[in-house]
Amino acid sequence: MAKPKDVTDSEFEQEVLKSDLPVLVDFWAPWCGPCRMVAPIVEELAQEYDGRVKFVKVNTDDNVDTAVRYGIRSIPTLLVFKGGAPVAQVIGFRPKSELKKVLEKALS
Amino acid sequence: MALEYDIVIVGGGPAGLAAGLYAARARRRTALLEKGVIGGQISLTETIENYPGIESIGGFDLAQAMLRQAESYGLETHYLAATALEQADGKWLVRTDQEDFLAKAVIVTAGADYNRLGVPGEERLTGRGVSYCATCDAAFFKDEEVAVVGGGDAAMDEGLFTTRYAAKVYVVHRRDQLRASRILQERAFANPKMHFIWNTVVTEILGEEAVEGARLRNVVTGEEWVLPVKAVFIFIGHHPNTDWLKGLVPMDNGGHIVVNEWMETGLPGLFAAGDVRRNAARQVVSSAGDGATAAIAADRYISEHFRE
Repeated sequence: MAKPKDVTDSEFEQEVLKSDLPVLVDFWAPWCGPCRMVAPIVEELAQEYDGRVKFVKVNTDDNVDTAVRYGIRSIPTLLVFKGGAPVAQVIGFRPKSELKKVLEKALS
Repeated sequence: MALEYDIVIVGGGPAGLAAGLYAARARRRTALLEKGVIGGQISLTETIENYPGIESIGGFDLAQAMLRQAESYGLETHYLAATALEQADGKWLVRTDQEDFLAKAVIVTAGADYNRLGVPGEERLTGRGVSYCATCDAAFFKDEEVAVVGGGDAAMDEGLFTTRYAAKVYVVHRRDQLRASRILQERAFANPKMHFIWNTVVTEILGEEAVEGARLRNVVTGEEWVLPVKAVFIFIGHHPNTDWLKGLVPMDNGGHIVVNEWMETGLPGLFAAGDVRRNAARQVVSSAGDGATAAIAADRYISEHFRE
């Protein structure tokens, strides 16, 4: 069962930047309503893309360094990393179909 | 093949959720279509304290409670965007970005979307300091100076929320007085972090990777200057989401659908409720009332026009 893993500042390099698979990072915070709408969609995508894409979550309240490093100024923000670098960004709530398009493009 | 329902509701804000509750309790097979976030505008609202009977609740939580309540009576929710509406043999065909829906009655509760300033830099820097949701983004500007554009309830509400994080909140307003309700004005003027810049508009938002400032112009004196802020929160009103219905249903000049007191549009079986309709009070409680009215009218319409 693939479930998005919570990743902290100190784990980010190992879990995301050094990952062999592309990684979708969900930047969120508990107080953010739209983030709570995105979360179940990200969980569904994690099932569908199991083995092809890794899914992680970064709580921006607890992991300010990572949020600042990637210039997160709005949440929810999804970043897709490939080979240690961000290759796609989605700011704000988007329906699942649109997120799949972003993932497919990042995978190709 | 279109999915068949008695009633299709387009839009999942308070009007649509209330319509869904009433339609489902009338035992009509009912689908609610939502293109984004359930709750619409209220899901981005920090606190709602003017919904009678509920002293204070988060907007997102209120929307989720409305959804759970309506779904418990059988409302079906589909997350997709309606793109067109057509009359089809006495029924209505709702086209979406995925399946089509066929309904005996349609209730349009598509709500309103925030207006953009339409100035250089705004689109490019959205999510990089330009924001339409302080509740979502204010926390990223801790101890920074930020600007809020607008003079209505939303601008004051969100500006006050932003003061929890920001060092200073400049309220940039094109008039010399606020449009916001008295209670919010009182709170805003009493807050030492709120600073008011009157008779002034934003003409450009500056910055490369992130917002670094806003170019302002005083509309009375013509004076121009740059306000060095790290964020610009924009709350300058809304427009109804009715572009996809242009030419089908009568609207006023602002694009609001014209309805009677039963939320009837004049086209048989087509109803409109909440922020999309003309003369809406644009409150959670009035939108919910509109939605209930529309559902009752739609239920009656189906009883009168379809053999059951």
